[in-house]
Order: sequence, then structure tokens, then C-alpha cells
Amino acid sequence: MTEPLLKVQNLRVELTTRNGTAPVIDDVSFELHAGENLSFVGESGCGKSMTALAIMGLLPEGIGRITAGSIMFDGQELTELSQERLRRIRGNDISMIFQEPMTSLNPVYTIGEQIVEVLLAHQSISRADAWAEAATLLDAVRIPKARERLKDYPFQLSGGQRQRVMIAIALACKPKVLIADEPTTALDVTVQAQIFDLLRDLRQETGTSIILITHDMGAVAEMAERMIVMYAGRIAEIGAVDDIIGTPRHPYTKGLISCVPHVLAHVTDEKQPLTEVPGIVPSLREFGKDQCLFASRCQHRTQQCLTARPQSVNFDGAQSADCWHAGTL
Amino acid sequence: MTDKPTTTDQSAPVTELLDEPIEKARHPFMEAWDMFRRNQAALVALIILVLIIIAAIIGPSLYGRDPFEMVWAPFTPPGQNPDFILGTDYLGRDLLAMIISGARVSIIIGLAAAFVSVFIGVTIGALAGYYRGWVEEALMRFTEFFQVLPTLLFSMVIVALFGASLPMITFAIGIVSWTAVARITRAEFLRIRELEYVTASRASGARDFKLIFGVILPNALPPIIVQSALMVGSAILFEAGLSFLGLTDPNVVSWGQIIGSNRTYFLDASFTVTLPGVAIFVTILCISLVGDGLNDALNPKLRSR
Amino acid sequence: MSEQPLLSVENLTVRFAMNRRGLFSPATHLYAVDDVSFHVNRGETLAIVGESGSGKTTAALAAARLVTAYEGRVVLDGEDVLPLEGEELRQMRQKVQFIFQDPYSSLNPRQRAEEIVRDPLQSLTDTPAAEQQEITERLFAQVGLRPEQRRLFPHQFSGGQRQRIGIARALATQPELVICDEPVSALDVAVQAQILNLLSALQEEFGLTYLFISHDLGVVQHMCDSVAVMYMGKIVEHADRKSLFNNPLHPYTAALLSAVPSVDKTLREKSKRILIPGDPPDPTQKQVGCRFASRCPVAQDQCRLSEPPLTEIAPNHRVACHLVDEKAISPL
Repeated sequence: MTEPLLKVQNLRVELTTRNGTAPVIDDVSFELHAGENLSFVGESGCGKSMTALAIMGLLPEGIGRITAGSIMFDGQELTELSQERLRRIRGNDISMIFQEPMTSLNPVYTIGEQIVEVLLAHQSISRADAWAEAATLLDAVRIPKARERLKDYPFQLSGGQRQRVMIAIALACKPKVLIADEPTTALDVTVQAQIFDLLRDLRQETGTSIILITHDMGAVAEMAERMIVMYAGRIAEIGAVDDIIGTPRHPYTKGLISCVPHVLAHVTDEKQPLTEVPGIVPSLREFGKDQCLFASRCQHRTQQCLTARPQSVNFDGAQSADCWHAGTL
Repeated sequence: MTDKPTTTDQSAPVTELLDEPIEKARHPFMEAWDMFRRNQAALVALIILVLIIIAAIIGPSLYGRDPFEMVWAPFTPPGQNPDFILGTDYLGRDLLAMIISGARVSIIIGLAAAFVSVFIGVTIGALAGYYRGWVEEALMRFTEFFQVLPTLLFSMVIVALFGASLPMITFAIGIVSWTAVARITRAEFLRIRELEYVTASRASGARDFKLIFGVILPNALPPIIVQSALMVGSAILFEAGLSFLGLTDPNVVSWGQIIGSNRTYFLDASFTVTLPGVAIFVTILCISLVGDGLNDALNPKLRSR
Repeated sequence: MSEQPLLSVENLTVRFAMNRRGLFSPATHLYAVDDVSFHVNRGETLAIVGESGSGKTTAALAAARLVTAYEGRVVLDGEDVLPLEGEELRQMRQKVQFIFQDPYSSLNPRQRAEEIVRDPLQSLTDTPAAEQQEITERLFAQVGLRPEQRRLFPHQFSGGQRQRIGIARALATQPELVICDEPVSALDVAVQAQILNLLSALQEEFGLTYLFISHDLGVVQHMCDSVAVMYMGKIVEHADRKSLFNNPLHPYTAALLSAVPSVDKTLREKSKRILIPGDPPDPTQKQVGCRFASRCPVAQDQCRLSEPPLTEIAPNHRVACHLVDEKAISPL
């Protein structure tokens, strides 16, 4: 295999709050190859978004900082770059779209102006060319009558169209990596299907790698080749999507898959109660303890889980799970 | 390289881990106080303000000198005579005695006028924000009418027409400054009435009166409290302005009145004007800092920091 | 099904006044719910499915007398509730309670948990105080909250626990009909399962009837006995659970079902994806013809000219589509 595009090794991010310092990302390592779609799954507060912000160099200032590990992107060590260099990489090589398309566009500028501004900031082209390019981009994200819509203000667009504009802005400089943080959570399912379709096609056309952050196992199954299940700032399970969904090895992954009522192909009269994962994600105070952080919600918990952090157990292929009992479950 | 889990230390599940630690039932008020305490400037300002208020309440009887009595040669500068630490004014009255009893009047007018304006403002804002429709239209046009009146001129007219007694001055200040409270209250009501717990209360059969005063108003209070605190400060300033122009009860001393009556001698004995001015300045500054602290303490968005 | 349904809604219309363009232009109205009829049988769950803006929540709010209906009848337990006032309305509110979507904004932050749960008892019933306390304590146990938590304020609970408080509040007056408005969509997936299982258990224990509003077809399939699919203020398909999911007839229902991402690989490969383009049209413009015609992959001329009525094409299966007939074959 070729050198990965993005290689994160033993990343640790600490967050300082009123109650002290906690590792919101604790010893996380993964690779992203060119053209690949990698997904992060987990409940809120598990460090999915924080990982994305760490890669982007956008950790909340004065509160979060990278304390260990490395982020190698395209031969550069991102953790050592100056703010100015990082700013150039953001937008040019790595861009991001967010969950809330209603608030991520500036309401006082037309969408055309906002796309052109990004183009001019990162590329040396004339203003007229930038406007032409903006129309092409809107066309690429399948907004009908692109040239006319450039003059619209964000409030004149629907939620789905705004998310398309966000994607157009993110793709403006042909990034190598696109990070999508819950891009469809605020949208209706039929619109979500359109956005997923668009992202899939764009990846095929441009070869952009996509990091999709979501809580929806179904979305992962449809979109990604590899996935990472995160829990309490640590990687619970990592591997190919089909392997993990077929045979989940970590009890948390199992819980995440079976606790959701999936749409069935054929409905019978029978109704089974859902499998429950009791409790909630631990508070930040618990993060970083030398034990399995999922233990409090796990029915397979033993003394060992409470006294030592589990090591990752490899299975054939690239699947591995951080659980003391992964081999026997 | 599969790590074989050691099977020897497998034991019965440890159930006590499932119990999350029980939080104490803390009233939101106590959390606000915790936030307020962390703002040191506001805390110092609050302490000074409490001292000023204590001085205004027990000061006159403790100091025991009549502010109207001519006790010494006029224009004695501060520090010259140890009996009159802050000197005397143009009539030879003790300036310290005047400032102490002036504190009482200024603060009472400030509080009372703020109360009047909050009362009018909250009532009108709450009704407009809750009932919407023509009620809102009518009340907001009424509010706008008061907003466009030149405030100082209007209150001068009231005081000039109905006499310069303390209640009338208080009323005149209150009646011209309630519009900001009304607007804030209305905005909060418009926001909160759409929240689901208000619908939940309606589903539980709550009547309009309970919804307005029992459910929405308590949740709308934080910005109103901040605004009222600042209102006390501006009412004190307003009273000073009126007294400076001579529109004041001649039988009581207030800070503005001291400045107003001594203003002609400003070039010869500037201390007679600056000393009560400093008193106003310190009081208003403290009120603003406390208002700022309240704003932080009552803003839930800042709480998690 | 000879028994009378607990709730039956007939030709319900809810409209909102729009801002006038000018002072003298006529008032325009947005028809959020347009001539909608459905019924819920005692002890069963009817799910109303639809995307945002379909009018599903407004329809439920109008049925519970929390939004003013413009036209129609809402019959609860044999009694038309729309004209009720005063004491009779108070009686009716005891029978219909609401569980809200957002566990963060549905609880008054200034009330303690037990006060929130006791509120409907105080306002709607004449239960003596001691008994109110007893009921509150019992409800806390039933929804899985600990007695020590009674004195806490809402912000001291997690999202799932807050939703449990909301459920306890809804059950306080022993209602017959509980309207659940997206009760789990704001919760984390693992917590969703806990709340859904709790709702099912409570339904079994107390024989509750649920009107379950959701956009999540997986949740709906898991919870409901019958389903009504809404699109732009209209019901386009209304059927029992098995008929609707095994044989979706309206093109919109089929598209909705195929849009749900699935973890099941074989299901993904087997089902053909029906991608419907665009967004719903502007609801303020009165439409001629079928409202789905502009996005429908099989729309024909008659669809754009006349509005299809909701007709029963099989027992317990009603569809509003010109292209579906008695053979009950999907037009797709």
C-alpha cells in the first residue's frame, strides 16, 4: 500500500475546564488514504468532532491543545506548523462542512460573494474568473439555475441547498481531504439521500478523501469503506465497515448497532424489544482513567476491565478492538 | 497477535459503578451567586455599594450634624479644619454632612424610580409579548410614543407642573425611562412563549395568569434584573441632572442639588462641586460593575466555562 | 374492529395567517394541516410520519387543543373536543397529554423535577396534596428515576433522564391518549433505545394509546400499529404497519423508505433507490393537483391537474394517488 495521505499517531488532546484537565482524545492513531472514505461513529461527547478540529488546527483556543502525538499530512507535521501555514492548508488541502447549514453561512452576503471570497483567498485568479468558477461549483453540487442563484442570500435557500452551498465552498479549492461533521443531521431523509449521493459522486470525480463524522450506523454502511468507533476519547474499534457491521468485536459497537430500530425489509407482527446499552457516556472527569471506560455500561465487565485500560486485539484483516474480552465474545 | 484475556480475575459484575454520583439539589440562584463571586471587580463593587448604602442609612444619625446648619466660614477647603474633613460650601454648611444625607435621598430616588419604571415596563412588555395581535400593536405604539419624547424635557415639565416633591421627581424619572424594560421584557416573552415547557404548562391546564407570572416571567428575569440594576444608576444621574437645574425639593439635600447650588463658585472652590461629583461617580461605577457581574452570573452560556 | 376508536380526527384543517404584503392587500393563509382525517384505536399506536414542514406536529397540537383548529372535528372518546371550554376543557386535558421533542426546552428550568411532574395534577385535578406526593413518587419509580433525584433541577439531569421526567409528567393525570412528538429524536442513539423500551413497557402496563409523531422510519416501524404518512399538510397514505411497510403504495412513501440508510447489506442491494429531486414546493402558494407531483418520478398530466382523494384501496389501506387502483400495485 502507498503512503497514507493523513497519518495520525498516538494523538492526545487535553481540554482544560473548570474541573481540571481531561484528555478528550486519548492515544488515537489512524490512517487515511487518498480517495478513501473513513467514518467516525459514536455518541455525542466521545471525541469525534474534537478529532476533526484537531486535524484542522481549530481546537477551541486557550481551552484545548494537542499534548502528544503527531498528525502527518502529505509529508508535513501539522502539529508543528505555524498558524499561517495551517491557515493555508485549511481550505486549500483540508476543508470541513458542519452540521448546521443554517448558521454556517454569513447571512449578510450573497452565496456568490461567499464562494468568490474563498476562491480569491486561496487561488490567484481574477475576480471575473472566480465568479465563473463559483457558478461551475454550484452547478457541480446540483443547484439548478446556478448562475442566477449566485445572487441569492442564504435565507432564500432551503436547508438542503444551504448544505450544498457549504459543500461547494468546501470543494472550492479542490481539497485532498473533506471532513464532514454530521452533514445531514439537520436535514430530512430524502434530502439526506440527495446529499449522500452528491458526496459519493464528487468523491468519484475528484478523488477527494472524505472523513464522515456521524452517529448513524446506516449512513456509515452506505458511505464509508473503513470506520472508527470512538468511545470516551478512545478508539473502541477500527476496521473495514463490512467486517465491523458483520461481526462487531467490541461490546460498544455491538450495542450501537443493535440498539437502533432499523428499517426491515419485511415486517411481521412480531415486535422485539430493543437491546439497550444502559447509562450514558461518562463525564469528562472519568476520561483518561487506567481502566475500560465502557465498563460501567458493559454487561461483560469483569475485574480486569476496572483495573487496566484494554489493549487492542487484532483480528484477521485490519479489524481491531480495544476490549479485554474481544477475543472471547 | 491476539492478546489472550486472562481468565483468572474474572469476577462477578461490579454493580456499584452503575450508580452515578448523586448531585446536590442546587437552586439556580446559588449557581448564579457562584458565578458572580468569580467576577472580582463586581464583588468589590458590591462591597463598596453595600458600604455606601449602610452609610446612607445610619450615617446621618451617627455623624449627627445637620446638613442645613451653617457651621463654619464658607469655602473652607477640605483638610483645613479637622472638624470639617471635607470643608464647607458657599453658605458654610458641612459638606460631609451634606454628602451623607444626600446619599440617602439619591439612593432612595434611584431605587424608587427604577422600581416604577420596571413595574410599568414589565407589565406592558409582558402583556404585549404574551398576547400578541392588536394588544401588542397598541402597547408597542404606546411605548414608541414615550420613546420619542425628549426625556429630560418631559420630566422637567412634569416636575414644573406638579411641584418638586420627592414622589413627583421619582415618578417623573420612572415615567420617562421604562421603555427599555418594556422592550426587553417583550423580546424575552416572545422567545420563551414558544418554548416547549410553556406548551407543556398549557397542556397541563395552566391559565393565562399563571403562564405569564408563574412560568414565563421567572425565566425572563435575568436580562430584566440586569437592566434594572443599570436603571438605578441612570435614575441617580437623572435626579442629579434635575437638581442641577434647580428642579428639586428644597427641603432635602441630594448629590445633584449640592452640585447645582454650588455651581456658580466652581472656579473659586471647585471641591464643593467635585466632591459630590465623586460620590455620584463611585456609586454609578459600582452599580455598573455589579450589573455587569449580574449579566455574567445570569447568562447560562457563560456558566460552563 | 367494531369498537369505536379512542381518537378520531375528521377533516381537520389548521391555517396560520401570513404577514400581509401591504396594508390593503388581502390576508393570506398558510394551510399547515389541510383536510386531514385519521383515527387511533384504543391501546394502539398510530404513527404520523413526515418530513419537517409536513404538518404532523401541528395536526397533533390541534387534536390536543394546543393550536386552534380552523375546521373539522376531533372526537375523543365519543365527544367532540373542539368546542369545549372551561371545566369541560380541563376534563379533556386530563385525558390527553403530550411528550415533547426537546428534553432541554420542555422542562421549566426554575422548577424542581417533582414540581414539574406534579404540575398537571395541581392544575387539572382536585387530588389532595398528600396523594399528589404519593403519585409523584410512584411515577418516578415507574419511569426509572431514583427518589433522591426528585428535588433536583432539570439542568442537573442528562437528556435521557429529562425525557423520563417529561414522560412522568405526561402520565400524572392517568391520560388515555399520550401524544409523543418526536420523543427520541434529540437523544443519543443508545439513550433512544432506553426511552423507546420504556414507552413500550408503559403502554403495556397502563393500556395507553399513543399518537406517535416521528420522521424516523426505523423508530416508527418499531413502535407503531398503524401509520399515516403526511406530505405538505395532507395525508398521502394511511395503513396498518404490515401493509404500509411491506407494500408501500404512494410514491412518496416508497421514496421515504428507500432514502433511509441501512446497515443491512443485502437489503441495500436488493431495494432500488428512489431518489426524489428537489425540496418541497413553497407551502404558501395554493397548489392545484397532487402536492407531490413536482417531485414525483412517475407523475402524469392528471396528477398536476386534480388533487387525488384519500381512498381505501384495500382493508385498512388508504392512499391518495391517481396511479394506485384496487389491485394495490405500486406505480413505481
